[in-house]
Amino acid sequence: MSLNKVHSMPEAALAGVLRDDMTIMSGGFGVCGIPAALIDVILDSGIRGLTLISNNPGADGHGLGKLFKNRQVRKLICSYAGDNALFAQQFMAGEVEVEFNPQGTLAERIRAGGAGIPAFYTRTGAGTVIAEGKPTADFDGHPHVMERGLRADLALVHAWMGDTEGNLLYRMTARNFNPPMATAAEVTVAEVETLVPVGSFDPDHIVTPGIFVDRLVAVGAINKHIEQRTVRPRPLAAEA
Amino acid sequence: MPWTRQEMAARAAEELRDGFYVNLGIGIPTLVANCVPPGMRVQFQSENGMLGMGPFPFEGEEDADLINAGKQTITSLPSTSYFDSASSFGMIRGGHIQLAILGALQVSARGDLANWSVPGKMIKGIGGAMDLVAGVGRVIVLMEHVSKGEIKIVEQCSLPLTGVEVVNKIITDLCVFEIGPDGLVLTELAPEVTEDDIRGKTGARFVTRLH
Repeated sequence: MSLNKVHSMPEAALAGVLRDDMTIMSGGFGVCGIPAALIDVILDSGIRGLTLISNNPGADGHGLGKLFKNRQVRKLICSYAGDNALFAQQFMAGEVEVEFNPQGTLAERIRAGGAGIPAFYTRTGAGTVIAEGKPTADFDGHPHVMERGLRADLALVHAWMGDTEGNLLYRMTARNFNPPMATAAEVTVAEVETLVPVGSFDPDHIVTPGIFVDRLVAVGAINKHIEQRTVRPRPLAAEA
Repeated sequence: MPWTRQEMAARAAEELRDGFYVNLGIGIPTLVANCVPPGMRVQFQSENGMLGMGPFPFEGEEDADLINAGKQTITSLPSTSYFDSASSFGMIRGGHIQLAILGALQVSARGDLANWSVPGKMIKGIGGAMDLVAGVGRVIVLMEHVSKGEIKIVEQCSLPLTGVEVVNKIITDLCVFEIGPDGLVLTELAPEVTEDDIRGKTGARFVTRLH
């Protein structure tokens, strides 16, 4: 592995790791905190037959949604796909295989995969279609379902700031699936909005330690998309 | 006279207690956040990784990095904390959230919940609902009593289940049902709604113990 994790361009950060039929984890919730610049590199690379692990399939024209539009995806492992109409068409037409997971089970499968836990039991999904075909067992008087840890060939994560060691900080709810995914792949590539020298962060504040990050690239505060813009009226100027 | 959506939310808010951590589902449950009694400290969790959810931002102050589980722009509070999705569901599964208020497609007399898919229709996905009903101590369903003529409170759910024996209470626009070991108990009626009205719009047996 190269001693220098930092790459100057997103294309360079993914050079040599992309291939057809690979499994890619992609951070984000909806299109919040998605590795948008790295996803664009996957789009331009044209690799196909991908298995994507992500909470959502992006939105039409945003994030992973671009890879569905370009027909690069064979299978999606997700928890919720209701916000992307184009994806819905492909799913209904049988062009994309989908495995739905309860959101917490998906997050824990990724956490477990990154922590060397091959399987675990959870109450989530017991007695539902999610439990079909999986081992079940009673613990403390309640039925539980066995779920497998998840790993990928490649994890793409988005962070607010990173240092040259690969230590990462996130911003607000853009954190979501990024930290667990960073731990659960053969190669983890992080795009950061701002890159700083080592020593810039208080070590007590680091969320993802650099051991989990193989490569990183600064992409700036790229144009972020909002799916549901909700606001409240501003109060009238203070009466005084 | 049925309760309005706002009145339903206010009725659900009576279930809040000082110091509770609460998760609200999408739809009518979201309105409960506006009905917290003055002086009561309640922290709302958003399962995408936030505790202490604030109101919608003022126009022009939306931040793409700050959304709730419905992907709506929101704000933070002085008490807010952020965490990753695995920690968020650890909180939920680990029993640290006292109350979840969710919508439903069907609820059975023994508290089975179906709220994620209808066979033959596009499956949107599961989201966090299965984890919430499996891990949260108390689950309240807040929904219209009947949807487009379809009866939603049934003896046995026909739709794919979200959880088995997980719902503690149902609040609709017409009434309140508690779900106990012996099934449904009708405890409150909306103004001018009668027990017979409820019987005609409910697909399961119930007993009546009005408060």
